[in-house]
Amino acid sequence: MSASPASARPERRRPTGPGGRRRWLPWALLAPGLLLLVLLYVLPLGALIPLSLSEQLDRFSLRTVFTGRIQTYSEVIALYGPVLGRSLRFAAASTGLGLLIAYPLAWTIAFRGGRWKAALLGLVVLPFFTSYLVRAIAWTTLLADRGPVLALLHGLGLIAPLQHLGVLVDGRLLNTPAAVIGGLTYNSLPFLVLPLVVAMERIDPLLLDAAADLYASPLRRFLRVEWPLSQPGLVSGVLLSLIPAAGDVVNPRFLGGPNERMIAGSIESLLLVQRQAPQAAALTLLLTLLISVTAALLLRGRKLQELPLP
Amino acid sequence: MSNRGSRLLWLGTGLTFALLYAPIAVTVLFSFNAPRSRFNLIWQGFTLDNWVHPLRDAALTQAFLASLSIAVAAALIATLLGGLMALALGRFRPRGHGWVEALLVLPLTNPEIVLAASLLNLFASAGLQRGALTLLLSHSLFCLSYAALTVKARLAGLDRQLEEAAQDLGARPLEAFRRVTLPLLAPGLLAAALLSFSLSFDDFVVSSFTAGDLVTLPLYIAGAFQREIAPQIQVLSTLVLLVSAGLLAVGLRGEQS
Repeated sequence: MSASPASARPERRRPTGPGGRRRWLPWALLAPGLLLLVLLYVLPLGALIPLSLSEQLDRFSLRTVFTGRIQTYSEVIALYGPVLGRSLRFAAASTGLGLLIAYPLAWTIAFRGGRWKAALLGLVVLPFFTSYLVRAIAWTTLLADRGPVLALLHGLGLIAPLQHLGVLVDGRLLNTPAAVIGGLTYNSLPFLVLPLVVAMERIDPLLLDAAADLYASPLRRFLRVEWPLSQPGLVSGVLLSLIPAAGDVVNPRFLGGPNERMIAGSIESLLLVQRQAPQAAALTLLLTLLISVTAALLLRGRKLQELPLP
Repeated sequence: MSNRGSRLLWLGTGLTFALLYAPIAVTVLFSFNAPRSRFNLIWQGFTLDNWVHPLRDAALTQAFLASLSIAVAAALIATLLGGLMALALGRFRPRGHGWVEALLVLPLTNPEIVLAASLLNLFASAGLQRGALTLLLSHSLFCLSYAALTVKARLAGLDRQLEEAAQDLGARPLEAFRRVTLPLLAPGLLAAALLSFSLSFDDFVVSSFTAGDLVTLPLYIAGAFQREIAPQIQVLSTLVLLVSAGLLAVGLRGEQS
C-alpha cells in the first residue's frame, strides 16, 4: 500500500468520507475474514437445510440426494425428542445451579475485591486453562465410588438424604444425572462470573453512594440498584453457559451412563458411527432452532453485540 | 455490611475457590501417582518417575506436538484475519458494518457440535480428505470471532487523536499506523492470540469431526479414557497450568503498571 495523494487532503480525517480509498480499504481488510466466515460457517450451516431434506444413496454413505423428504424430522423427533429434552433440562439445571454459586462470587469480586479484583478474576479463570478432558478425568476420580466426595458426604451424614432426593443412585455418584449436571455446572462458572463482574463494574459508584445517602439498607440497595443493573451480565452469562451445556459432549460421556446421554452425543454417533447424515442434519438444525428461540427470549430486544462479554 | 455478613461472604468465596480448584488439585496430585493399573485414576503411591520421564509415552508426545503446531498456526491466522476485521470495523465503520458484526457474533451462539457437524458435511461434500488442513481451517474459523472481538474491544479503548496527531506531525497514514496504532494495539493482539491458542489447543468436539487420522492431545486423551490413562497426561496438564499461571501473572502485572 503506498501513500495516495488523497491522504494529503483534509478529508482524510473523516473516517466515512467520500474519498476513494476510504471506501474500499475497510472491505479489503474485512475480505479474508469474511471469506472464512462465509465459506466455513454460513455456507455449511445453510447446507444442513437441504441435507436434512435429502436421502442417502446407500446406507453408511455420506453421499445423499435431495428428495425433499420431510419425514426425517418426525422420525428424528420421535427417536431423539427425549434426549433433546434432557439436554435442555440439564443445561437449564446446570446454569441455575451455576448462578447460585457464580452470582455471590461475582458480587464479592466486583464490590469487595478492591485492589485484588484482577487477581481474583485471574484465579477464577486459571483452572479453565487446563484441558477440559483432563478436568473431566479428575472429576471421575473425585466422584468415584470410593472417592473423596462420597467419603465427605458420608462424614456429613448426607448419604441417606441425598439418596432419598435422588441425587445419589444406589449410593453412587458416577453415572448419575447429578454427576453430569455437576460437571456442566463446574464448567459454566467462568462464563457466568466474568460477564457478571463486567456488568457490575459498569454500575456507577455514585448510584450506590446515593442509595446509601438516602438511607437504603444494604439489602434494599442490592434489590433496587445492584440486582437490576447487573441484568445485562446475567443475560450474557446465562447464554454463555446454556449454549455450550446444551451441546456438551464430554460430561455425559465421562460422568454419565447410558441414561444420561445428551443430544451432541446422538449427533456425533449419527454422523461418525451410524453415518446417517440427513438425520444428523435435522437434529443439528432442531438444536440450533431451540437454542435460537431460547436466546431470543432471553435477549428480548437487547442486542447481542451490546452485552458485556468477558 | 455487618462483620458477620462479610465473614460469611468470604467463607462462601473460599468454598467456591475450593470447588474451582478441586479437579486441578487432583490433576497435580495424580501427576505424582504410581498407578498399578493402566488407569491413573486411583491413588497408589508417590513417585517422581512421571516427572522425570514426561515424554515417555511416544503417542502422547506426538499428540501434544500436533496440538501445539495446530494451535500456533490457528492463533496466527485468527489473530491476523480477526485483527484486520477489527481494524476495519473499529476505525472505518463502513456501511453494513452491523451485518459483519452480527456475523462475527453468530458462531458464538452455536454449540460446538453444530459447527462440527456442518464442517464435517462440508468437507465430505467438497471431497476434502480430513487431516491437518481441514483441522487448521476449522480451528481458524472458531478462533476468528474471539480474536476479532478481543482486538475490537482494545481498539475501542484507544484514543484516535494519537493517530491523528502523528499524521498532523507529518506521518503518512501507514506510518502513523505502524508507529502509533500498532504498538498500542499489541496487548490486544497478544490477548487475541493467546485466547485463540488456548481455544484451539483444548478443542475436542470440532477436532473429533474434522481431524481425520490426525490425533491431537484432546483426541488422544479421549481415546486414552477407554485404553490407558498414563500419568504423563497429568504431568503435561500440570505443565500447561504452570505456563498459563505464569502468563496470567505477567498479564496482571502489565495491567497494573
